[in-house]
Amino acid sequence: MRQLSLPLGVLLLAALAALVLSVGVGSASVAPADLWAVLRGQGDALPRTLILDLRVPRSLSAFATGGLLAVAGALMQVLLRNPLADPYVLGLSGGASVGALAAMLAGLGGVVISGSAFAGALVSTLLVFGLAHGTGSWTPSRLLLTGVVVAAGWGAVITLMLAVSPADRLPGMLYWLMGDLSYARTPLPPLALLGVVCLLLIPLGRSLNVLARGPLQAAALGVAVRPLEWTIYIAASLLTAMAVTTAGSIGFVGLVVPHMLRLVLGNDQRLILPACALAGGILLVLADTLARIMIAPEQLPVGVITALLGVPTFLYLLYRSR
Amino acid sequence: MSRLETQGLVIDVPQRGDGRALDLLLEPGQVWGVLGPNGAGKTTLLHTLAGLRAPRRGEVRLDGRPLSALARRRVARQLGLVFQERLDGFPATVRETALIGRHPWLSPWQMEGGEDLRLAEAALARLDVGHLADRLVNTLSGGERQRLAIATVLTQAPRIWLADEPTNHLDLHHQTAVMALLAEQAGAGHAVMMCLHDLNLAARWCDHLLLLYPDGEACWGPRDAMLVPSAIERLYGQRLATAEVDGAPVFVPARRRARGSEGP
Repeated sequence: MRQLSLPLGVLLLAALAALVLSVGVGSASVAPADLWAVLRGQGDALPRTLILDLRVPRSLSAFATGGLLAVAGALMQVLLRNPLADPYVLGLSGGASVGALAAMLAGLGGVVISGSAFAGALVSTLLVFGLAHGTGSWTPSRLLLTGVVVAAGWGAVITLMLAVSPADRLPGMLYWLMGDLSYARTPLPPLALLGVVCLLLIPLGRSLNVLARGPLQAAALGVAVRPLEWTIYIAASLLTAMAVTTAGSIGFVGLVVPHMLRLVLGNDQRLILPACALAGGILLVLADTLARIMIAPEQLPVGVITALLGVPTFLYLLYRSR
Repeated sequence: MSRLETQGLVIDVPQRGDGRALDLLLEPGQVWGVLGPNGAGKTTLLHTLAGLRAPRRGEVRLDGRPLSALARRRVARQLGLVFQERLDGFPATVRETALIGRHPWLSPWQMEGGEDLRLAEAALARLDVGHLADRLVNTLSGGERQRLAIATVLTQAPRIWLADEPTNHLDLHHQTAVMALLAEQAGAGHAVMMCLHDLNLAARWCDHLLLLYPDGEACWGPRDAMLVPSAIERLYGQRLATAEVDGAPVFVPARRRARGSEGP
């Protein structure tokens, strides 16, 4: 148990530090003394509103979204036995984006956008798995290729929708497509889902370790492979759909975070999955803080930051692994 | 004690007729060798016996109950399979790899404990790979990986061993050591069935043989009844020369004597 608790404890502290930093820093900085006063229920009205109504929900949303994406990515990688798989590569995020944009285009708002994005992600899941399965067995490479092609298809649909949408709606849609936390409202649903899924995955951890060694080997060691694979895929699409409805499509978190953690912590899913939830959260909280202060008082979409950080990191990791 | 039994089993090799249905009985203490040329379906047979592939016809029974009706976890406590091919998607150490053999014995909430680790380390030491325990699997040689695969099944401690080419990539000394290990398992009341390419290992270490022909025909029985040179020659389409060394028959491919005298 010690090899589990030490890294998770360190990550938990880092997560708290990142959250405090992101709440304190912004276009109007909050002194630590004021922050402490507000968190104890005292202080002036202005910092109270700034912190409790704006900064804290946004930081928690960022944390939850990052955690959801990283755990979804780690699950996909085990499922496909390919460290390069993630919800974006497999077209889940594309489907969710199309769903959300369609709702926006129809002039609908709020809950409908969330529901529509959710439906889009699930349709994409069924499409990719159904097509990849076909008549024969489903192999990782076939699943990966199907996902890539379906993602490209969603990309084309998105371009089409942007082309025909009225000019006044374009900025909001574009920001959403690049991933933006300024529309995030209550952080409770994503945080709750992240917590519940992480708890449910604990008893599956060792089975996932065995599955990572291939379906035949896993079956020979007593894993009911097909039900486990479906569980993973559905869990991963649920996580992705929730992340996309919270913050739009943010790339590279699901790819980079599990990959880096595996380099440091090894590949025991019982450690990697909770570590992904924390480290993905930390990454996105810090990235969103950067997005808020880089050109303050203007804001950048956080997806730009994660891509700018993620692409070079990932290329470096790939280069070093040779 | 566990018994593996097949009733009217026809393995599903694509684009091949049914051939002869297999009614095999693998009993505790027996060592079966499966012989046949490439593509005869040896691996398919072992996977079918382990319940990893559906048969075309007939069924496999473990202690009298159909394999397909048993939970995978229960099967895995009785029956272990040494795979011929292994893929490594993610890096893992030798010790971690051997430890997954304990998977069927642990509940979902359990972490591997000291006893599990002790079993894995003992298995690694038995297969002469204990000194590699901290190495990453993808840095091992082919023979070391093969021994690791066998150590993983030894950690799993099944009562029925199915081994697909257990001596692949092994040098002479380790070939003998692995065959002795399997014989020792049989001696302890476990049942062993293995696919072999080396006829002489089969002649030396197995007490029962199953000959699988490419067209789906098959014959099986006690070793001495099966090791008929003419049957073996037909099996491989290769003429053989036979000698007796160290109390066991030894087969080597016959030298070509004259044009056209060789098998097909």
